[in-house]
Amino acid sequence: MSQKVKKKRIKKSKQDIIFDIIVYSIAIIITLLALYPMYFVLIASFSDANAVARGIVDFFPKGFTLKGYKALIDYKEIWIGYRNTIVYAALSVLFSLALNLSAGYVLSRKDLYGKKGIMIFYMIPMFFGGGIVPAFLNMKKLGLYDTMWALIIPGAVSTYNIIVSRTFFTTSIPEELWDSAQIDGANTYQFFFKIVLPLSKAIIAVLALWTIVGRWNGYFDALLYIRKPDLQPLQMVLRSILVNNQMTSSLLVGEAGAEARELAELIKYAVIIVSSAPIICIYPFVQKHFNQGVMLGSIKG
Amino acid sequence: MTREKKGALKRLKKSRSLYVMLIPSVILVFLFSYIPMYGVLIAFQNFRPTAGVWGSEWVGLAHFKTYFQSWQFGSTMWNTIKISLYSIIVCFPAPILLALICNQIKAKRFKKFFQVSSYLPHFISTVVVCGMILLFMSPSSGIIARLLSYIGVEMPNVMGNPAAFSSVYVLSELWQHLGWDSVLYIAALSSVDPSLYEAATMDGATKFQKMLHIDIPMLAPTVGIMFILRMGGILGVGYEKVLLLQNSLNLSASEVISTYVYKLGMLGGQYSLSAAINLFNTLINLVFLVVMNFISSKLTDTSLL
Repeated sequence: MSQKVKKKRIKKSKQDIIFDIIVYSIAIIITLLALYPMYFVLIASFSDANAVARGIVDFFPKGFTLKGYKALIDYKEIWIGYRNTIVYAALSVLFSLALNLSAGYVLSRKDLYGKKGIMIFYMIPMFFGGGIVPAFLNMKKLGLYDTMWALIIPGAVSTYNIIVSRTFFTTSIPEELWDSAQIDGANTYQFFFKIVLPLSKAIIAVLALWTIVGRWNGYFDALLYIRKPDLQPLQMVLRSILVNNQMTSSLLVGEAGAEARELAELIKYAVIIVSSAPIICIYPFVQKHFNQGVMLGSIKG
Repeated sequence: MTREKKGALKRLKKSRSLYVMLIPSVILVFLFSYIPMYGVLIAFQNFRPTAGVWGSEWVGLAHFKTYFQSWQFGSTMWNTIKISLYSIIVCFPAPILLALICNQIKAKRFKKFFQVSSYLPHFISTVVVCGMILLFMSPSSGIIARLLSYIGVEMPNVMGNPAAFSSVYVLSELWQHLGWDSVLYIAALSSVDPSLYEAATMDGATKFQKMLHIDIPMLAPTVGIMFILRMGGILGVGYEKVLLLQNSLNLSASEVISTYVYKLGMLGGQYSLSAAINLFNTLINLVFLVVMNFISSKLTDTSLL
C-alpha cells in the first residue's frame, strides 16, 4: 500500500518536474543575461588591446594585460572626477540626511498643526516644475552656477525621501515614547537626536545609500550647471570618454596611430570597471537595505 | 470664532519647535522648486535674461503656436509616445513574470543569487550603460557582432539606424531595471498566506495551477496600481538616456520632447520657446496623472494624490 502511495506521488509531480525545469532554465537564462554584459566588460578590460579592437574577445580574456589600467593611472581627469564625486556624495549625504530626516520626523508627529498644508507644499514640486531653462536661470541668479553647490544643495530635499522617512517614523517610533520623554522633561530636539535617530539606523542607511548611488551615477545636473573641468564629477568624465569619444591626447602620446586607437578602445572597458567597481562591490552587502526602502516607499502613510 | 482662532494660535505655538525643524527644507524647496516655476511666465514672453521676467515683452500663446505649427511638433510627440508605449508594453509585464518565476524557486541559495544578479544592472550609471551599448553595438569591434558571427549573421549598424533606436532604448531599459522593478511584486508574493498553497496541494493542484490561481490573483491589485502609475507618465520619456544614445544618424527617431526642450533652451538659447514646450509637456503629464489617479481611486480606492 505504501508503495502505491509513493507511486501516485511521483506520478502527480511529473508535471511539476517539467514546470520546475522551465522555471529554473528561465531563471538561469535571466541570470546569465544580467551578468554576461558586465562579465564581458571585465574580461575585455584585461585583454590584449588589439584583440579588443578587432572584436574577437567573447567568453574568456584574450591575452592578459594591465595596459588599459596602467593608462588610466595617468589619466588625470578620471581621478579629479573620482575625487569630486566622492566629495559631492559625502556632502550630499550629510545635507540630505539632515534635511529629509528632520522633515520626515516632523511630519510623522501627530501633534503637528497644519500637517496637510505642509505636505501639499512638499508634494506640488513632484508634479509640477518650471523646467530646465528656469532652473538654469535661477541657479545663475543664486550664484551657484559653476560651483560644486549646484550639484549638492538643489537635490538635497527629496519629497520621496521625506515620505519614506515619515512612514518609517510613524510605523517604528511608538507615540508613547514621546509622551514619556516629555514627562522626563525632554524637548523635541533632544528627543529627536537622543531617542529617534539612534532607533532609526535602518532608514538612515537606506537614505544614505540612495543618495550616494544617485550622486555617483548622475550626470545631467553637472551637464547643465558645471563648466569648469576641475569641478566635473566622474560621470561627466566618463561621458566624454565613452559617449563623445574624447580622450585626452596626452595619454596616447608615443603610440603609433593604430595602436593608439586600440588602446583607446581598451581604456573604455577599463574605465567602466574602475568607475562602477565601488558601487557594485558594496551593493550585494547592502542590497537588503535597498529592498527595505522600496517597501517603505510603497506604503502610503 | 475668536475661540477657534485662539485654539489655532495655541496649537501653532505648541508646534513651534517642529516648525523650526522644517525651516531649512522649506526654504530649499521654495528656492529650488517654487521660484523656478516662473518658467510658466517666460513661456508667454519673448524672454531676455537682461530684461528679466518683468521687463520682457509679453507675446501670449505665440510660442505654443510656433511649436504646434513646426514639423518638430509631430515628430517629437510621435517619438515620445512611441518610445513610451513600447517601453510600457515590454518593461511593464516583464518584472511581473520575473517575480512569478522567482517565487517558484525553492533553492534558497540560488534564489538569492538570482535576485542579487538580476538587481545588479540597476546600480550601473546611465552613462556607463550607454557607453556599454555603444561599445557592444559597434559593427567592427562589438561583442554582439562577434556573437552574431558565430551564427553567420552580419552585424548591421544599429546605432546609425533610426528604426532601431526605440528597440535599443527599451531593451537596454529592460536589461537594466527588470530585476529591480520586480522587488515590489516579489514582496507582494512573499506575503501570500502559505495555507493557501497547502490547501491547493491537498486538492491535487500542480505548481503551475497554483501559480495561475493563487499567485496571479494575489498580484492583481499591485499590478493594477503600478499600471495606472506607469500610464500617468506616458509622455515622460526623460532626456538623460536619450541624450547619450542620440547621434546625427538616428536623430529622426530619437528626438523626444524633453531632449528637444534641452537643445532649444540650453544649446540654442531660445529660452521662451523651450519653456513653452516644457510647460506643454508638464501639463499633459499632469492631466494624464490626474486622470489615471481618478480612475485608480474609483477602481481600487488607492490614490496617489
